[in-house]
Amino acid sequence: MSRQLAIIVTLVAGVLMVVSGFIKPTQGWGEDAAEWFNILAAMAFVLGAANLAKVHLSKISSRDAGWGFSAVTLLAFAVTLAVGLFKVGVNPMPAFPDVPMSGGKDAEGSAFWWVYTYVLSSITATMFSLLAFYVASAAFRAFRAKNTEATLLLVAAFIVLLGRTFAGVVLTGWIPADSDWAFLRFENLSTTIFEVFASAGNRAIIIGIALGVAATSLKIILGIDRSYMGSGD
Amino acid sequence: MSFIDRLDAIDRRWIFLMMACAVAIPIIVIGLTGARFPEVPGPTSTATFETIEALPEGAKVLFSFDFDPASAGELQPMANAFMRHLGQKKAKVYCQTLWASATPLIEETLKKCLLTQSPDLVYGVDYVNLGYQAGNEGVMKVISTDYKQSFPTDAKGTRTTAIPMMEGIENTSSFDLIMVVSAGYPGSKEWVQYVVSPTLGKGKPIQLVAGVTGVSAPQLVPYFPTQMQGMLAAIKGAAEYEYMVNEVIKAANPGKPLPPAYMEAQRRMAPQLFGHLLMVGLIIVGNTIFFVKRRQSRSGSAMKAAA
Repeated sequence: MSRQLAIIVTLVAGVLMVVSGFIKPTQGWGEDAAEWFNILAAMAFVLGAANLAKVHLSKISSRDAGWGFSAVTLLAFAVTLAVGLFKVGVNPMPAFPDVPMSGGKDAEGSAFWWVYTYVLSSITATMFSLLAFYVASAAFRAFRAKNTEATLLLVAAFIVLLGRTFAGVVLTGWIPADSDWAFLRFENLSTTIFEVFASAGNRAIIIGIALGVAATSLKIILGIDRSYMGSGD
Repeated sequence: MSFIDRLDAIDRRWIFLMMACAVAIPIIVIGLTGARFPEVPGPTSTATFETIEALPEGAKVLFSFDFDPASAGELQPMANAFMRHLGQKKAKVYCQTLWASATPLIEETLKKCLLTQSPDLVYGVDYVNLGYQAGNEGVMKVISTDYKQSFPTDAKGTRTTAIPMMEGIENTSSFDLIMVVSAGYPGSKEWVQYVVSPTLGKGKPIQLVAGVTGVSAPQLVPYFPTQMQGMLAAIKGAAEYEYMVNEVIKAANPGKPLPPAYMEAQRRMAPQLFGHLLMVGLIIVGNTIFFVKRRQSRSGSAMKAAA
């Protein structure tokens, strides 16, 4: 019964969104459906938190490989949640100096702000920065001109890598900017690759994705594809 | 073991060390000397600058911070330059985010860029922080018809109906310009698809400029310049735009030197240059090894066949 209900809700919401895009009097219904979606999206955070706790508690209780990391994850989650919910270290707002904790939870000086600035920001920036090292290693070991396609990719990468820095200006700056050969300057070649080749390829991909999304949406609305319900259907 | 074999089997930690040096040394040198490379603005950065420059004084600008601290190294300089330019244009700035972890970034940008430049600005009159709203493109669809339905309060909990500068804001069409600095989903692509595209061909199409990461820039190029009037691609785009904004600030404050914080994107071009040169060098060396070994292997096979 619950599965049938989910399929009916999907059908009604899907049809409503499609119809509201074409028939003006039903536009308000589509807006209401979008608002329900936003409410559900906010509730998904609670479900996400519960799921996080369930997965990691189960890992810890069964002493799976890496259960220590799960313990750290849960501890970090609990501490961040607690300092945010209880507004630990939050100072009063200047407009209400007599009201304790009237400032925002992430106002400068609060415990949440401290966690955000000195833990979250540093850790995520570090993770992102590591890419430079792995990309450099991959460039040395894997980026080889093995065939025509790989060679074309390599040439494009060279032009973009040089054209996006001052090196491009130094190497081809001797070509007068107003001459017929100005298109050979690295910065111009880099722009051409973006605007012509990358743009053409991406347009094709975007159109393909749009058609795929339309087909998949139709299958979901009509109840043919039920994989979103998380079973083997 | 030949030199080529040893080079091929090099420990990857040497490559990591080279990359660390290629990035760290320019940062230190630039920090000590204050030197920077000259910038030649490209077409998308110039279009971004000109779109903002064309705004009248007091224009209403919605600024969406759709990124997190992980990509702040690449995107924060854009957000800062955007905010300084808006301050210079005396625009009304409406900040919001669709990324939960971006709310402190808004406060920081407002404080460091807008209020440092123009300390007389009044919250709720000249600028507002509307905070975070869950729902991704669902929020975009709702604010396209009723902005206050999705943002009933600002980040401080004040009702948006009680904020003076929210008067007259019905939906996204009420803004003169939408600015998005985005690192992924939801981001500039969704803004184009759900907010800008439905207004194309109607009376007043929404104007949008975006600042995006290098990896997402190629996916957004097809939207420029029809759906997106300007785009800053990666730190290079940020540096070009920052250079143009600084020229405006210098012209408005003759004789006043610009603080180093106003050149953070341009300063990042030096580590980027040496990082890129190292990558090019590694690709050349890697391919030299590949071709030499392939020739050795072919000549070895030919000798075996002859024997």
